[in-house]
Amino acid sequence: MWDLCTNALDTAKLRGATYGDVRAMHLRQRDLTTKNGQVGTLSQSESIGLGIRVLANGAWGFASTDRLTREGVAACAAQAVSIAKASALAKRSEVVMAQEKAYVDSWQSPFRKDPFEIPLETQLALLLAADAEMRRVKGVTLTETDMQFRKIDSWFASSIGSRIHQRKVISGCGIAATSFQKEEIQKRSYPNSFGGQHSLQGYELVESLDLLRNAPIIAEEAAALHSASQCPEKIGTLLLGSSQLGLQIHESIGHPIELDRVLGQEANFAGTSFLTLDQLNKLKYASNIVNVVADARLDHGQGLGTFAYDDEGVPAQCTDIIKNGQFRGYLSNRETAHLVGLDRSSGTMRTESWNRLPIIRMTNVSLLPGTWDYDDLISDTHDGILMETNRSWSIDDRRYQFQFSTEIGWEIKGGKKVRMLKNPSYSGITTEFWNSCDAICKFDYWTLWGTPNCGKGQPMQTMGTGHGASPARFRNVRIGTAFSNQ
Amino acid sequence: MKSAAKAKKASAGAHAKAAELLSERELRRIVDTVLRLAKSTAAEETEVHVEEVASALTRFANNAIHQNVAEHGLTVSIRTVADGRTARATTNRIDEDSLRAAIEASLSLAHSQPKDPRLLPMPAKQRYRSVNRFIKPTAALSAEERALAVRRACDLAVKTGQVAAGIYSNGQNQSAMGNSRGLFAAYRETHSEFSITVQEGSAASWAKANSADVRAFDPQKLAARASEKAHLAVNARELPPGRYMVILEPAAVLDLVGFLFYDFAATALQDKRSCLNDRMDKQLFGQNITISDDVYHPLQQGAPFDGEGLPRQRVQLVDRGIPKNLVYSRAAAKAAHKQPTGHGFALPNEYGEAPMNLVFAGGDSSIDKMVASTERGLLVTRLWYIREVDPYEKVMTGMTRDGLFLVEKGGVTGAVRNFRFNQSIIEMLKNVELLGPAVRTTGEEAFEMIVPAMKVRDFYFSDVTKF
Repeated sequence: MWDLCTNALDTAKLRGATYGDVRAMHLRQRDLTTKNGQVGTLSQSESIGLGIRVLANGAWGFASTDRLTREGVAACAAQAVSIAKASALAKRSEVVMAQEKAYVDSWQSPFRKDPFEIPLETQLALLLAADAEMRRVKGVTLTETDMQFRKIDSWFASSIGSRIHQRKVISGCGIAATSFQKEEIQKRSYPNSFGGQHSLQGYELVESLDLLRNAPIIAEEAAALHSASQCPEKIGTLLLGSSQLGLQIHESIGHPIELDRVLGQEANFAGTSFLTLDQLNKLKYASNIVNVVADARLDHGQGLGTFAYDDEGVPAQCTDIIKNGQFRGYLSNRETAHLVGLDRSSGTMRTESWNRLPIIRMTNVSLLPGTWDYDDLISDTHDGILMETNRSWSIDDRRYQFQFSTEIGWEIKGGKKVRMLKNPSYSGITTEFWNSCDAICKFDYWTLWGTPNCGKGQPMQTMGTGHGASPARFRNVRIGTAFSNQ
Repeated sequence: MKSAAKAKKASAGAHAKAAELLSERELRRIVDTVLRLAKSTAAEETEVHVEEVASALTRFANNAIHQNVAEHGLTVSIRTVADGRTARATTNRIDEDSLRAAIEASLSLAHSQPKDPRLLPMPAKQRYRSVNRFIKPTAALSAEERALAVRRACDLAVKTGQVAAGIYSNGQNQSAMGNSRGLFAAYRETHSEFSITVQEGSAASWAKANSADVRAFDPQKLAARASEKAHLAVNARELPPGRYMVILEPAAVLDLVGFLFYDFAATALQDKRSCLNDRMDKQLFGQNITISDDVYHPLQQGAPFDGEGLPRQRVQLVDRGIPKNLVYSRAAAKAAHKQPTGHGFALPNEYGEAPMNLVFAGGDSSIDKMVASTERGLLVTRLWYIREVDPYEKVMTGMTRDGLFLVEKGGVTGAVRNFRFNQSIIEMLKNVELLGPAVRTTGEEAFEMIVPAMKVRDFYFSDVTKF
């Protein structure tokens, strides 16, 4: 593979490129689902190819190919240079890239059990057993389970001399029970909605989830939600479970700190950001107890945003995003770092596959743990609503105004969970919301959640991101807005 | 077998053009190779899908090109059946060893599961209606031509003191499928798209078009429209949330009603997750709402066959506000004692089928007439980040974006800060007062459909944002 990468870089240089980087990738994926006790999807796929990004005449070009021959790769590199020269027809300034060293390295994400070596019969038997556990509950009308495994090999080579091979093993698993009764559909998922938990782990992730114990619990809850009280509409105290808080971080911190958004490069599609450059080190983003980092290092955990090097050949780093409530940092790449006074990229360029251009992406954007025990958080809350497991999410194109709803809510009165609530939702303005945070649970309750489906870029790319969070409390939040029209 | 990679060698070159696609004969050769290889395995039936795409996209922001990409890819997806079990394996390597490995992987997956008593034999040879959606000028558009069009759009923004961002893309794709019972189907099409957002200070507006034929839209006219509306969008004032008369441009209609499509899947009703459960044959929407699924509509795109290889049929889904028909895969049809409609997804899957070519019946109004007839309301350019809040009442939330305007006494009087909505699509389609002509429309949340602009009363906005 290195020969092909070198061939691509040599061809690009001959054609006039002043910089080039190549990503050859081999992606393998297995998908298993069940529905109502029957196998649904049962498939596996592999894809192998190469993409080359070049600078020529001061502008970018990118081309990709699945023809992994010397001729095919050379043609692809030549096409990338031609495209770069076409880009130069509509450029306003020269691309300036931050300095970076050349690295020669090989890295593999840690895992204990290769999911591709676990017998399919074992995997399907577990899903069908969890499915059966959910179907045993009266009132459940639809049961779904899923597992997804990926193994990704990437070979990165650049014209400054880097040669980096990385292998990542990613696993995901989840179950869900849906109940349709009396003109109402209610659903509960475990351990998270929209496919469950995903992380940079092997099959040990699946084994850690204890699906069979949790299947009847969520099934009972799905059926019970029909007779629960409607979440009230009010301004009040909100407690968020850690998976919902993970998505809150993703949408209202992770996306606004992407420098390509801030600089208008996503204005036509994913949107821009309220975090204009003048806000850095000045904005009081959150209350003093809020600390958020973007950390791609393995030390942070085995998240979907964990790697050794990004897809621009920059080593994984930890960047302070919010420090004691103050806005401290953006996600940058080699092209944008200098615009925020940095002499080095923060290492966040990532690509979905060999046929996509790397773009600025979240790594593991996590809320650091606080000091509270979970039981103390509940007992300290006189009147509040606890919301768990995302059901819908939406935020404006500058990441100010958001609305989330969750699958289940719990009313808290006098320091106790007193009753289940259905159709919970809340909304707010990003900075007002984060400044209202007055309690964060400690590391014992902290989970590094995986969001496997973050869409961005044109052509669209889907990327996995990590978000560590523990349950937290927010005051004076607008609650119940999603159903205020009903 | 001759390698498809070698077959494409002739098209390789240093020009910034998309690669040429394989001929139908070459696609058929890949299909036949897989079927031949599968005969010496335990597969009792075999199905092959070949997908090939060659596309390019020029992306611009801050009045300059900042990303410019091209791709070519070909995948072969193989489904085998053995002993009442089925599974699928996909590869993008097309030498015989790789294809044989994919067949074996599919069989290995299939053997790992219990027998499926509902599994149907693969369909035999079918007859398909011919559609022509491959337009040579679209396939031939070069990176230089895209760059020059982008430069003209950016020059306009510079001249008006505005900032432009967007894309200009073109490409071609094809698919072929065949099976061991003699079925063979092939289809190719081209696609092109121009989308532009123009910002003026904190205001912005947007225009977008796409078509199989790149000559069907003019990037400069789209740029001019976005520029003019961005200028109108400055100095937005804040209005209180509440119920408003709204005039939804086609893109706003599309991105909302697009969330209805899966509700018309028979499998969704069988799973009790459709909003049409217990609502078929009832007056659910206004009498001015009629919807069909029609891949043969002249403004539509897509293959005339489904993922199972059956010919797609035109299906009347809603007749004057009454949901009348669903679409059926072969398995869903058998379970419901109906005929399949040619809307099935490739097997195996848990979702069954869906109408992918929705066509709304339009009316004879226009946005100008709607504005002229409105005492007080809002003109909505597009919507953003739409998600489902209540799956049965079909309550959706989302934001307005890139141009929200106040209409008073029959005219546009100014820009308004963006709102969040929480609105039932069912209720909305009961409250449609006027319809424009149905046009091919492209947005960001739903796939392209044929929809009209709509004037809708009592549209509910729950929150307002800061811009």
